Amino acid sequence: MHGQAGQAARRLRWTLSVVTQPAWITLAVLAIGAVMCLISPAFRTYDNIYNDARNFAFIAIMAMGQMTVIITGGIDLSVGAVMGLTGIVTGLVLQAGYPLWVGVIAGLGVALLCGLINGIAVAKLNLSPFIVTLGMLSVARSQALVLSNNKMVYQFGPDEQLFVAIGGGDLFGIPSIVIVMVAIGVVLTILLNHSRWGRYLYALGSNEHASRLTGIPVEAVKISAYMFSSLTAGIAAILMVGWLGAVTNALGTAYELRVIASTVIGGVDLMGGIGTAYGAIIGAALIEVVRNALLLAGVDPYWQGTFVGVVIACAVLLERLRHRRSD
Amino acid sequence: MPVLELKGVSKHFGAIHALDDIDFALDRGEVLGLMGDNGAGKSTLVKMIAGNFPPGSGTIAIDGGTVEFRKPLDARARGIEVVYQDLALCNNLTAAANVFLGRELMTTFMGLPRLDHRRMVQRATELFAELRSETRPSDFVRQMSGGQRQAVAIARTRLAAAKVVLLDEPTAAISVRQVAEVLELIRKLKAAGVAVILISHRMPDVFTVCDRVMVLRRGRKVADKPIGETSPEEVTGLITGAIHAL
Repeated sequence: MHGQAGQAARRLRWTLSVVTQPAWITLAVLAIGAVMCLISPAFRTYDNIYNDARNFAFIAIMAMGQMTVIITGGIDLSVGAVMGLTGIVTGLVLQAGYPLWVGVIAGLGVALLCGLINGIAVAKLNLSPFIVTLGMLSVARSQALVLSNNKMVYQFGPDEQLFVAIGGGDLFGIPSIVIVMVAIGVVLTILLNHSRWGRYLYALGSNEHASRLTGIPVEAVKISAYMFSSLTAGIAAILMVGWLGAVTNALGTAYELRVIASTVIGGVDLMGGIGTAYGAIIGAALIEVVRNALLLAGVDPYWQGTFVGVVIACAVLLERLRHRRSD
Repeated sequence: MPVLELKGVSKHFGAIHALDDIDFALDRGEVLGLMGDNGAGKSTLVKMIAGNFPPGSGTIAIDGGTVEFRKPLDARARGIEVVYQDLALCNNLTAAANVFLGRELMTTFMGLPRLDHRRMVQRATELFAELRSETRPSDFVRQMSGGQRQAVAIARTRLAAAKVVLLDEPTAAISVRQVAEVLELIRKLKAAGVAVILISHRMPDVFTVCDRVMVLRRGRKVADKPIGETSPEEVTGLITGAIHAL
């Protein structure tokens, strides 16, 4: 009897510790949002909320890709640079007069290639994900410079209208990027819960040795996660360039930090094995509302990095505390 | 015909003779206790049978046919299952997910492949009932006792109707009551006609469930006797080298 009660309590504690981080963050986002709506007329305008949604959606899309890598126990520091390279490649192809689909395929192709290289280096050569993707960060950013010759690209050929409309447009008042984010979120959630790929990601992050012994194609699954992460960076890049109407090689600089922060805040375990698509999205949303609130409160924007850094450290600390309690 | 037979199997790692000219055969439904001190060659032997690396010389035969395994999956495809000491389970997945790891049952949803959660839970429930284990398929492994984890690892071997199951120190780190559970699981495997190799340091376990005991010492087989013709004292002597047999 006692044992059963003890086990039930243990199970409840464990369930709480896993499920609640995204739930807590959702509450935090709603609370901050509600307070801001009450005290700041500027916050509650449609335009401000529209912009907030758009700003965080770019990060959220990349955070979902990042999350799949972190679930396997890796990390992808190259997403910001891959975003920059994709933006430049797509921009240059369009500028050269090719139709939109060619530009998109070229851009996403380059992004996937970056992910493939990261994945092979990590999975086949057994190099540290931190070092590999740090290297890719440098390479991709440098290639963006090389290809663009440090010039801004702002003419996008015959399909310019369409390109700008997709990236900057909206549907029923919802920014297109938010719709893309929701679509990726829904598909990814289904894949994580109901496909072999999703199950293998979690298995790999929990016990790589066991995964290998049970015949899971460990290398292929790892590579696919890095490619998916790069792909999300590529998608975000193309939409962002369409929205901005111009691209420089600095696109996406330092985004990796916000992306990784979003996943961690959303309950993704940096040790691997735990994470949800919703968590990545809500983590990105929290960073955005905090950023926006600070801005509207008149805090010097130079301080933003400090706040983001502190929030990340707190999220990791929270995660550590919850782990200690549940184990 | 023996289900598993090793002939003249040797393995060297550089100058170290990990295994030296090992012969033995195992019949259906037979439980063999494999004993020996640390470094005697037990884990090398297990890893070789499990397909982690090929023997340096000698042959392994299953049902009379010589086999060459390049990777653990090859061995598994031929009906050899291993329950590793660390159990090779994923803590963040459910018991059912672990049982079916790498062999998920699939169904389709609107023409797309999808994990068949319902059928996997159902089958896992049957397997646990068969093993008389209280393990619940939807519980996460992280929440389980050592005995329940063993049941998950052993249920895994029942999926593929294994011919030979190798258990590496299954009772090393669990409570007395759980040891009894695990020994009962081994009897269930035997009753199902599975040949079992039990690697253990624990004399009482070996003498409770095994039909035969084989002792390795410094890579050589020093004894292979029916359990009724030996005693814990003799086996201890063989393991330590106090008794020289063969």
